[in-house]
Amino acid sequence: MNTMLNSAVRLTLATWLLFGLAYPLAVTGIAQLAFPRQANGSLIAGPGGAPLGAAQVGQNWVGAGWFHGRPSATTDTDPKDPSKTIPAPYNAASSNGSNLGPTSQALHDRLFTDRKALLKDLPGIQTLPADMLTSSASGLDPDISPANALMQAPRVAAARALPLEQVQALIATHTVGRTFGVFGEPRINVLSLNMALQSWQAAKPQQTK
Amino acid sequence: MSPFWLQIGLTLLATLLLSLVLGRYLARVMTGQRTLLDPLFDPLDGLLYRLVGRDACSRPMNWQRYTLHMLAANLAMAVLIYLVLIFQNRLPLNPLKLAGMEPMQAFNTAISFITNTNWQSYGGESTLSNFSQMAAITFPMFTSAATGFVVAIAFIRALIVKDGGADLGNFYRDLIRFSTRVLLPGALLFALFLIWQGVPQTLDANVAVNTLQGAHQTISLGPVAAQESIENLGTNGGGFFNVNAAHPLQNPTPLTNLALLMLMSSLPAALVVMFGRMIGNARQAWVIYGVMGVLLLGFLAMTVLPEQAGTPLLHQAGVSLQAGPLQPGGNMEGKEVRFGIAQSALYAAYTTAFTTGSVNAMHDSFTPQGGMPLMIQMMLQCVFGGKGVGFLGFLVYGLIGVFVAGLMVGRTPEFMGKKIEKPEIVLVSLALLIHPLVILAPSAWSMVVPYGLSSLNNAAMHGYSEVLYAFSSAAANNGSAFAGLNANTPWYNLAIALVILLGRYPPIIFLMAVAGSLAAKPTLPPSVGTLRTDTPLFGVWWFATILIVGALTFLPALVLGPIAEYFAMATHHLF
Repeated sequence: MNTMLNSAVRLTLATWLLFGLAYPLAVTGIAQLAFPRQANGSLIAGPGGAPLGAAQVGQNWVGAGWFHGRPSATTDTDPKDPSKTIPAPYNAASSNGSNLGPTSQALHDRLFTDRKALLKDLPGIQTLPADMLTSSASGLDPDISPANALMQAPRVAAARALPLEQVQALIATHTVGRTFGVFGEPRINVLSLNMALQSWQAAKPQQTK
Repeated sequence: MSPFWLQIGLTLLATLLLSLVLGRYLARVMTGQRTLLDPLFDPLDGLLYRLVGRDACSRPMNWQRYTLHMLAANLAMAVLIYLVLIFQNRLPLNPLKLAGMEPMQAFNTAISFITNTNWQSYGGESTLSNFSQMAAITFPMFTSAATGFVVAIAFIRALIVKDGGADLGNFYRDLIRFSTRVLLPGALLFALFLIWQGVPQTLDANVAVNTLQGAHQTISLGPVAAQESIENLGTNGGGFFNVNAAHPLQNPTPLTNLALLMLMSSLPAALVVMFGRMIGNARQAWVIYGVMGVLLLGFLAMTVLPEQAGTPLLHQAGVSLQAGPLQPGGNMEGKEVRFGIAQSALYAAYTTAFTTGSVNAMHDSFTPQGGMPLMIQMMLQCVFGGKGVGFLGFLVYGLIGVFVAGLMVGRTPEFMGKKIEKPEIVLVSLALLIHPLVILAPSAWSMVVPYGLSSLNNAAMHGYSEVLYAFSSAAANNGSAFAGLNANTPWYNLAIALVILLGRYPPIIFLMAVAGSLAAKPTLPPSVGTLRTDTPLFGVWWFATILIVGALTFLPALVLGPIAEYFAMATHHLF
């Protein structure tokens, strides 16, 4: 009995040191040397030196002049009552999905409220791309589908007083296809599209009205 | 073929090919033959043998000793995990100054991770320090996977012992060899691949950014990649972030998604190939592989098709459900654009078949028809299944099948030359029956008590499905969830921990007892009167046994949940 416990404890400590400490620390060391950018979250440098985002983490977009990401179900602690949570879209410190099922009244209400708000900016539209009304799994989805971006293009172009064809061309250059033409879905990273939009307009101020 | 089906087909093919290669390597490692990697691992193993004790690592063990040492080691590890979690506030690498975990939640977490379940009642990035993520979470991902695997190895040895002996190998030696020669190199290589693709690996906890629009965003980071590779290779599940592999930093591209699918599927499938080589009967292995493969394909199709078809509610809201080159269509609620429907549904089917439990989409938001096969796979827990235990579960159905068929045709039931008699059948039945008991009883109880019902995120049938899924996941040591359920309550933390324990150890103990009993029996040479188990005919019988004994047990429970919900959904009812 004693020898058994003795061996079990020694196995525990030996594997703990190897797999719980040495292995993750070794991977960290190699990662920081070989892939420092990715290992630290693929941050994008901002104007003042502070990063303006992580390339793969979605941001919350407000206003007609920006392409919007998907609905996000992330929340944050309510500052007034720490036992409650309040909606906080794209809270990258607390990922979450809505977890609402297909017979949920709450999902129904959200879909129709969002639809109404969306269609205000999209006259004449009846059907929406699947990713436009549905919330993502992580609440941090960085991407939208090409159909989603193209539907938003007239709104963005009008708000920025840009020719629609140029905004559409920008979408086309930012569309990432399936990997090897097979895996995953065609998509557009909203942050990189909006960054391109901003810098492109800044470089050609004479083209805006 | 459309990219939709092509990406699913190529993934399945890759799993098959990888399992063939890995199966040969596994057989060599577990039977002590030379491999190319020996010069690398002999010194490491030697060091570990010395730390544990050379004697302890070389003594042959009978089934009782093997099981007891396994239990003692698991207990010691669980205690260590528990201590790290509750004292994380006093341990290093806690930049966010997170508090120690509550004892009940820490108990649940320690049980969950030492049993290869990796159910999480906490949100990783907001609850655990980086030290806990490494020393309490990444650590058991190796040892719990290895524990399940070596138990299967011991059982297989019992089948091939010819002389009526009792030696099932040495627990420590098996665990160490499997951990260092299979898990460690795989985890290390894939961790680097994931980092290259954009998964973070840092000791910082988060970074504050000022977004393009000038808003403040805090992004959680940490030693993600090292944990994620072993999380899937060890069929553990339970991720660094709350939403697991749906998080864009944990699973940033379709390539990482493919890598995760390969990680979780390759070893359980390779185990079958290894089994064929160890017993020297490839036909037997192919019968098993075939039945498991057919089950997987069936459940996969049952998940993929309804997810792409979408739901009446989405249709009503004017969502375009038809997939096209410009948008994914289908039920995209709780799914990520980069994975679309195909990669999300495929991942869901894989993670419940190989009982991994990592997720890249929110299963809670799946259609009722698409979510049901996920539950069934965990209820059967032998569609390849998790490390070792899935394979053993499959053999259990085979033993039942042999016994029933033997009774029907009046032959002595035999499996691989070993007579199956009353003691074995009693033990096997116990191992089989405990599974529905620990799923159905607490699910039913949760539906009639206020502390059970208060955790539901969805109402009516779907809320009940959340509970049924939770206990199926716990009993199958899967760890995935209909994640709307608030499982961090005293009742669910305690009940789920107990279900995990009962779903894990009693079946293993019963099956080790069967192993001991089979090992002691002489191997009979096959005769004309032998009912062969390595034929397609017996494969069909095996398949039928699984569906009749396994699936029918759960049919009433499923009727109340996903099946009732389907009809409610089809008739536009909302709750």
